[in-house]
Order: sequence, then structure tokens, then C-alpha cells
Amino acid sequence: MTANEIYEKLKSEFGDEIISLTEDAANEAFIVVKPQRIVEICLVLRDDPNFKFDYMANLTGMDYPNNLTVVYHLYSIPLNHRIVLKVELNKENPSVESVEKVWKTANWHEREAYDMFGIIFENHPFLVRILTPYDWEGHPLRKDYKEPETYHGVKIAY
Amino acid sequence: MTEKRIIDVDYSQVDTERMRINMGPQHPSTHGVLRLEVEVDGEIVTDVVPHIGYLHRCFEKACEKMSYPQVIPFIDRMDYIASMNNELPYVVGMEKLMGINVPDRIQLIRMAFAELNRIANHQLAVATFGLDAGAFTPFLYLFRDREMILNLFEKASGGRLLYNYFWIGGLMHDVPPTFKQECLNIISTVRKTNEEVMNLLIGNSIFIERTINVGILPADVAVNFGVSGPVLRGSGLNYDLRRSEPYLLYDKFDFDVVVGKGEMGTLGDCWDRNIVRMREMEESCKIIEQIIANFPDESSDVRALVPRRVKPPKGEIYSKAENPKGELGFYIVSDGTVNPYRMRARATSFVNLSVLPEISKGYMIADLIMILGSLDIVLGEIDR
Amino acid sequence: MEQNFLYNWFGDGVITYALLVTIPLVFLLIYALVAILGELKIASWVQDRLGPMRTGWKGVLQPLAEVIKLLQKEDIVPDAANKPLFNLAPYVMFTGAFGAFAAMPFAFNFVPAHLNVGLFYIFAIGAFSVIGIVMGGWASNNKYSLLGAMRGVSQMVSYEIPIALAILAIAALAGSLDLQEIINQQGGGFWNWNIFGGYGSFWKILVIPFTLSLFVIHFVGGLAETNRIPFDIPEGESEIVAGYHTEYSGMKFAMFFFAEYANMFTVSAIIAICFLGGWQSPFGDFLNQPAMQAFWFISKACFLVFVQIWLRWTLPRLRVDQLMYVSWKVMTPLAFVCFVAIAVWSMLR
Repeated sequence: MTANEIYEKLKSEFGDEIISLTEDAANEAFIVVKPQRIVEICLVLRDDPNFKFDYMANLTGMDYPNNLTVVYHLYSIPLNHRIVLKVELNKENPSVESVEKVWKTANWHEREAYDMFGIIFENHPFLVRILTPYDWEGHPLRKDYKEPETYHGVKIAY
Repeated sequence: MTEKRIIDVDYSQVDTERMRINMGPQHPSTHGVLRLEVEVDGEIVTDVVPHIGYLHRCFEKACEKMSYPQVIPFIDRMDYIASMNNELPYVVGMEKLMGINVPDRIQLIRMAFAELNRIANHQLAVATFGLDAGAFTPFLYLFRDREMILNLFEKASGGRLLYNYFWIGGLMHDVPPTFKQECLNIISTVRKTNEEVMNLLIGNSIFIERTINVGILPADVAVNFGVSGPVLRGSGLNYDLRRSEPYLLYDKFDFDVVVGKGEMGTLGDCWDRNIVRMREMEESCKIIEQIIANFPDESSDVRALVPRRVKPPKGEIYSKAENPKGELGFYIVSDGTVNPYRMRARATSFVNLSVLPEISKGYMIADLIMILGSLDIVLGEIDR
Repeated sequence: MEQNFLYNWFGDGVITYALLVTIPLVFLLIYALVAILGELKIASWVQDRLGPMRTGWKGVLQPLAEVIKLLQKEDIVPDAANKPLFNLAPYVMFTGAFGAFAAMPFAFNFVPAHLNVGLFYIFAIGAFSVIGIVMGGWASNNKYSLLGAMRGVSQMVSYEIPIALAILAIAALAGSLDLQEIINQQGGGFWNWNIFGGYGSFWKILVIPFTLSLFVIHFVGGLAETNRIPFDIPEGESEIVAGYHTEYSGMKFAMFFFAEYANMFTVSAIIAICFLGGWQSPFGDFLNQPAMQAFWFISKACFLVFVQIWLRWTLPRLRVDQLMYVSWKVMTPLAFVCFVAIAVWSMLR
């Protein structure tokens, strides 16, 4: 299926939840959706015989000037097509439902997104930092991140 | 010999307790600084919690401060076993973003080096897997041959492990004049040693008993966990980015995607994952043979298309390639400046490791090491 | 009964006793150095490389260099370890290996202590090293050490049963527990060795399959007793770091190391005595003088040590449950069958 077909089909099923489709030469096609019903959308994408997005290639966070975005790269092994989903979250309270129960691989990807961007994934089974130490402060990949001066009394910058 | 082991003991009858073992970060078989918190009931593993991040070097954050060509040496240091393959998705993605069409000769060179590096990676994977099982000798046989491949890489790029060889729009240098002959030598040596290793290690009945029916990963679980590469193909699923979404010139070449068949034990056990690597080396040899047969003799300027100033237009791309370990993807977001706005590396080993707790419960400590070895992880890539 | 030549030379005095203790110890020290060099060189030969080449001619001084290195190392005792047991364990381990040399017949006129239950004694003292392993493993206060010790004890206790059955069969065949007596009966050429059914008429070919399989059982069990690959799971370095001697360093580690090599020789020597005619020349009375007897005995034992080293660099390691399976479900029943067959044969002979 092309991105446009996927968009139309999702739009007919979820209506206002699906915000827009961007498909131009500079970008890979991506669909922006609202965060509220993301798990239902993902379940449809995974289980619908037309979609069969059984393979989550990647999940990551993005720090844009006005919002934090979660990007889902989905792929279907049986049907060999791809789609990118984006969920935009406000910076004050960046939280979205976890898709861990849809794709298990999201577990560690979401932990990393939490670690790096501070995005809260609700109902995640074990949302703790993964790459930085468990007691690290701040979320390093945010654009406004300032590295701390010391960590456990050890000077960081040199 | 491998009856099903039952871990549920009626603890009301016996006064026992489970033991937590801290395996790593310094341990002979965690293949780097991986820490596994293992809960054992005697010898049987009841829970595994991987703790990673000991090698975290802020790859993604550092890339935001770098220009695009500067990223390439940094990418080398992710999966330092297969650096050529690491550079591939990045440069291919950047060329797509900037609209550069690279000539066939350069693409052939890239393919040849990527496949040679795949062989080197699989040699290391099989060797260390044997080492985990206690077989020391095949390890050194395979390392001896890996040296030939590294020597060729050194002649081409100057580096034995970290190459910085694929550039956006071209290559760092042209191949050495003895390139064709050396490739053919490597192929014949690799084939000879692989036969020896098959007899000495893979076909050894102790090795078979150690690896069959251990760490069984069914295909649907594997897909749900997002694993890729030989780990996924070992579960019998035919998914190879070189075939499903061909890049470079892979669609014009004749090779088979190797999948596990469960010949010795259950489909998706450690033996299957390992044999996929062994057979992929042969497929890589076939690809290199075809490249050598079609390789143009006259040399060309490999830096002709390398842009003076890499400044891609605004846009984003998820560029992926079949790393020896699986799908390696780079999500590059450009805001039109000389620095990437965001570089996300979808690290193969990171995802492949996440399946470890799922498939290692109920096996023994010795099996846990075998399962970890069969996943073929590199901590440099996991922690980035 | 033959007389120990030291008694003839020095009489029944202090010098004799001192020499009786010193000669095996000196032999063991020299043997250990040669065996370590052999291990290094055989490994490099198997693995298509040179091995140590810098210390002395072709690296022959490498074992000495390693001994000096180990002597110089800091001797670390973990803070939480049980210190008396921790310090005692390597010596207990070594005692087990060295004690067997008391009854080891090197030639018809040289055996330090001629016991009429020598076979039983060697077997019993060999089990001593289990205590060293469990002491070291427990006293280290390290989980890997504890796992290694538990594995070691279960493995050694399990493998003692098939070995005991093999030794029983030999005792039945020879009708004696006296090592010299067992060896004497195997005189007159290699076809009289116990591996080929011992002395006897043409019909002993019926018993050869049983003695041969007992030889294999004893050798495999010996591999397990000495914790060598494919049975090195008590110290399996890729799983539990170094097993029971994870926490040991310096001289104490050297003692464990030394004990392992001494154990290899002890096990090989018992097999050589029981199955390969001990100090008997393979050619009957030809080349069967006392000095040559010592040569034959040491050569036979060293050949078996060589096979152990060879196997180590060829095979992968077994898993704990597979190890137990091999011992209890394969080797023990097989050893029983062989024992019964040999017992019947030696009654009818």
C-alpha cells in the first residue's frame, strides 16, 4: 500500500485522530496523529490484513522548537511496505500511551526516548533510564539541555 | 539428553532461596561491558535483567554538533566489528537526501567491501560463539583468516578496524591495484577454513548438544521484538533488506537469503542462528565473486562526486541497510544547515539484545552464555 | 617381593626416607614445568601458531618465567573471605595430588611406600582434592566460586563411581590391590596388558571389548576428575569466570594450577598402571631394566597427559546436566556390565 492509501484508510477509521499526511520529495511519507488513541491506531496497523505492520523498525523522540515528537517507523514483512507515524506532544507535559503491548521492541526504544527526551510513556512496564546512569539528571537530547557540572562529585567537563 | 527442564519447584516443601548473580560488566563472556543481573535457582536461570550504557558516548548528541562528513568516523566506532557496513546506510541515505547518483564502479567497490566485512564479522561471531562453548581452536583459525580481510581494508583505507572509507558521494581512496586477486584469495581461504570449522566445531556432537533446543526464538516473537539479521533468519523468516528493499546494486546479483531450518533441534535455537552465519559467509563469497567478474579494470576518480560542502536540503530520511548483525538504520533529520538536526541510530544489537530476557528463562547459566553469544552483540553499538 | 634400591644403598635410615619423599617431589616439579610447556606448545601446534618464542630457545623457559611471575604477584585475600579455609584450600588440593605419589611404582625396585592396598590408597587420596575445591569455593565468599565448587563436587563425586567400577574390575582381574602385583601380572609384552584382557589363553579375546571400554571409561572419568575440557565446568571460564579459584592470585593460584597438572599425571599414571602395564616394557623382557622401567612408566603416563592436552584444545565444553547424564546414564551402567563380565571371566580363567 502507498502512504496515501494508508492515510485514507486510517482517516476513514479514526477521523479526527489522524491529522495530516506529508508526502514530498524531501521527506519519506509520514502521518501525524493525535496522541490520545495511538495504541488503537497501532493495533489496527498491526492486525488489519491490509496493513500488517508487524515489525517496528524504530521508535524515537524528536525535539522540535514547539513540540516533542515521537516517531514510529513501521514496516510490514509480509506486505513489504513502510510508514512513519508521528505523534506531537506539548513540551510541558509530554506523555503518550506506551505501545509496548503492540510491539515488544518498543520497550527498550521507549525507555531510550524517556531517557533522552523525558517523554513519559504511560503504562510502560519498566520505564527507567537505559543508557545514562539511573540517577542521571536531565534529558540529554533536548535542545535546551545543559550538562551538569559534576556527577557524584566528579567534574564532567574538562 | 535435552529433556524439558522444569523450574517450578514447590517451595513450601523446601527451604530454598534464589541467588542473584551480577554477570558483568567485567566478565569473560559478555562480549564487552554488558551487565546482566541474573537470578538463578541453583543452575537454572529464572530471570535476566540486562543493564547497558557503560559505553555510552552520546553519539546522537555529538552528531548534532558535527558536520555531516565528520559523522562517518564516529559511525565507525559504533559497531567496530563491521564498520564498513555501518557507514553504508549513512552515506546511502545522505546521497539520497542530497540527490547524488554514484557511479556503478563505486557501488561495486562498496558492495565488495561490505560483503568482505560481513564475512569478517561472521567469522568473529562464530569464533566467539565457539569460545563461549569452550572451543578455543576454531577461534584462532577464524582469526587467522580474518586477518587477510583486515589487511585488504588497511591497504584501501589505512585503518584495520575503523575505516572512514565510504564518503558521501564517493570513497576515500581507490582500491589497491591488487584488489581483485586479493579478493579471490580471501574467498578461497574463507571457504577452506569454513569447511574445517564445520567439521571441527559445528558438526561436533558436544557442540550440537550444547546449542540445539537452547534459546528457542519463535518467528512471531522475533518479529514482535523487532530483531533482525541472522537472529531473525535463524527463526526461519526470510527477511533480508538486501532482497526486500535492495540498495546499491544488490538486486542485480544472485545470492540466496539463508534461513534456519531447524535441522538439528527446534527451529530458532542457537544452532540455527549460528549456521545461518556460517552459510551467509558462503553467500557473501558468491556475491564477491560476481563483483570481481563484473569489476571494471580502468580506475576512476572516486572523489569526483564528493561535495565540497555537505549541506543537504531540509528533510528527513530513515536510511537502512543489512548490517551483518541485522537492520541498521539511520534516521537523519536535516534542517538545511551543515549539521544534522537529529541523528538517530537504530542500533541492531540494541534491539537484538532486548530479546535476551525473553528467550533465556528456564535454561542454565551455561546456556545463557550460549544464547548471548548466538545473538552476536557489540556493546559499542548498543550503548552508542 | 622386590626391594627398594634406596634401602640397599642407604639402609633403613633417615636419608632413605628423605630421598623417598624428595625424589617424587622433584620429579613432580620437573614434570609440571614440562607439562606446562607441553600445554603451551601443543596448543600452539594444534592452533597453527608458534606459541611462546621469546624466553630461551623456542620459548623453553616460558614455564619458569610463569612460575617466577606467579611468585612475585601480590597475594590477595578478599576481605570477606573465610581466611583460614581460604589459605588452606590450595594446600589441601595439592596434598590430594601429591599424596598419590607415595604409592606410585616407578620401577620394580622403586616405589616410595609399597602398600598391599596401593590401588585403594591412590583412589582414596585422589578424592581428597574435592575437599580442596569445596573449601576454596566456599571460603572465597564469591558466587561464582560457590557455583564452581558445587559443580566441582557433584562432578567429581559422580565420576568417581564409574572409575571405582573400572578399578574394581581391574582388582578382580588381577586378584590383588597391590600395584606391583597388578603390574607384574601384565609382564611379558603388551598383549598381556590389562587393556588387552591381561594374561591368559587365546580365549581372552572374549574379554577384550570389556577391558577396552573400561579403559575408555576410566580415561573419560579421569578427564572429569582433573577438570579438563570437555569436563572443565567447575572452572568454565566463559561461564563462571574461573570457578572455585576465581579469587585466588599469586602463589595460591599457582598451587591450584600445579595441583591440576599433578592430578593429570596421577590420573594418567593410574590408568597406565591398571591398563597399560605400568613400568612393564611393551616388548616383554627386552629393555626391561629398572631405569628403562621408569622410562616406560613415565612415557605411558605422559602420553596420556598428552592426549588430555590434545583433547582440551579440540573439544568444546559440556553442560552440567549433560555431564551428569554421561556419568550416571551412560558410563556407570556400562562400567557395571564390564565389571560383571570381567569378574565372570576371572573366575573361569
